[in-house]
Amino acid sequence: MFRFAFMRLLQAIPVILVVISITFLLVHSAPGGPFSADKAVPPEVLKALETQYNLDQPLWQQYISYLGDVLHGDFGPSFKYPGRTVSELIASGLPATAELAVYAMLVALIIGASAGVFAAARPNSMQDYIPMSAAMLGICMPSFLLGPLLVLIFGINLEWVPVSGWGDAPGDKILPAITLGTGYAAYIARLSRGGMLEILSQDYIRTARAKGLSEPLVIAKHALRGGLIPVVAFLGPAFAGLVGGSFVVETIYQIPGLGRFYVQAAFNRDYTMILGTTIFFATLIILFNLISDMLTIWLNPKLRQQGQGDN
Amino acid sequence: MNSIPESRPQAGQEQEQEERGSSLWHDAWIKLRKNRLAICGLVILLLLCLVSLLTPWIAPYGYEEQNLLLGASAPSAQHWLGTDIFGRDMLTRIMYGGRVSLTVGLIATAVALIIGVLWGATAGFIGGRVDAVMMRLVDILYALPFMIFIVLLMVVFGRNIFLLFFAIGAVEWLTMARIVRGQVMNLRKQEFVEAAYSLGLSQWTIIRRHIIPNTLGPVIVYTTLTIPSVMLLEAFLSFLGLGIQPPQSSWGLLISYGVETMEEFPWLLIFPGLTLSLTLFALNFLGDGLRDALDPRTSKD
Repeated sequence: MFRFAFMRLLQAIPVILVVISITFLLVHSAPGGPFSADKAVPPEVLKALETQYNLDQPLWQQYISYLGDVLHGDFGPSFKYPGRTVSELIASGLPATAELAVYAMLVALIIGASAGVFAAARPNSMQDYIPMSAAMLGICMPSFLLGPLLVLIFGINLEWVPVSGWGDAPGDKILPAITLGTGYAAYIARLSRGGMLEILSQDYIRTARAKGLSEPLVIAKHALRGGLIPVVAFLGPAFAGLVGGSFVVETIYQIPGLGRFYVQAAFNRDYTMILGTTIFFATLIILFNLISDMLTIWLNPKLRQQGQGDN
Repeated sequence: MNSIPESRPQAGQEQEQEERGSSLWHDAWIKLRKNRLAICGLVILLLLCLVSLLTPWIAPYGYEEQNLLLGASAPSAQHWLGTDIFGRDMLTRIMYGGRVSLTVGLIATAVALIIGVLWGATAGFIGGRVDAVMMRLVDILYALPFMIFIVLLMVVFGRNIFLLFFAIGAVEWLTMARIVRGQVMNLRKQEFVEAAYSLGLSQWTIIRRHIIPNTLGPVIVYTTLTIPSVMLLEAFLSFLGLGIQPPQSSWGLLISYGVETMEEFPWLLIFPGLTLSLTLFALNFLGDGLRDALDPRTSKD
């Protein structure tokens, strides 16, 4: 187990290096420098600016020094917010994004897993069809559509919850969490239904039933652990998706989080900010994938012997 | 997998191939026909494609036809889905937007399909060290957060529709490559392929007659499931303002305009949203149905 974790961590290093290199190259091959978007700057000023941000050095030298800085957690200064570093900006946006992601994940897990288990308990009955159709609806309703519709209904027409904001008024975190969580709830419902159906057809479940255990107990004591493995394996990719989804949700609800910063940086062509945020997100996603893989193995010791051949 | 009769290399080749082909697809078609949701999805998709193809002739109004006096009006007999703030007919806008959305969906999926199938088939067929290196690369790419990279690409290189095809296609081929590789690896070990080898068939004949037809099922299924995720990605980018640029329009862009004015003119949000959701529904149901019909082993996910 520790060996596996260690190997995976070792493998993550080149991936993160690739991420940094690609992003760095992309940003530096962009047509137009970071200061060409502004009003015309006198050449001397431009020169001074370039010296200040080390843009006059050869690219490989910039790359090496950037790499060194990143290792120390320093993503350099922001181009658009003078006097603030990218690391500061990331740190100021992270709490809201993390909180939103946790709530959304809770929504997704609680609703999704219970709907899936519920549906799998009686396959091909109404108890199966209704939650699964709802799940399909959730998958086909992208967050940028669901969010505004929820705002329209519960925020504007019914006035039950605030329309936007984060932590300013009671209940303003409800809609964003639901908006972000719904799509994942739907996927998790499908995954957990599939996993549970597979487990419920196993011999040891038949044995448990034969010795007279009640159905809820069979599910809770014997089936859940195996049946939810696909869900755990999905948590890593789901986290990556949550990050992408938070771009939209934070934009819709005006949440001062990382996703909104990222989109704004994209529009402002704030290259250091884009670069820093990309690397930060990428590292997080890689780490979360690792954690979810390790959880999967912890839940299913059989996997440990299986080697790498996966399909 | 359905057992496929070993082929005799001599006479009646063409005929026999046809028979086998039709029975495999015929089985699938019978299974699919029983799945009412999938057929429903298929019909909706065919209708959408037809409407998109014919849009320049059947759209009720011109694409850029404005009526500023009218402004945003609710659905009426003249404008079935209402008009936007410039008095442009919403139905016409959605029809033209659909052309763009569907085109992006199809072309980007095609890009993903070509890269994925070639990559996966090569890796699976050659095997050994080549396979190890190629799949390792896929694993590394899998770990990259592509949503972020697409945003980055669109920012750095401008919002160009061809770049959009490429960027989305470049993201979606990974799973395809894995599926095809797995399938090919599996097939190479099957008895009927060994039998074909021992009968002295050339490698190319084996690829053409045994490998390709047997890989087609999962590829078709996964393609149907890729299209909705591609369309969703396009809509997502357009919603953020990083995808399709005006004066072109797509459903994602229409939704993002609709959001801006949804308090006063909710129909500007609801109709494009409904269209997008309906299309995604149809594609997903069709994909699920095809999966059950063509590839019984992976039907439980």
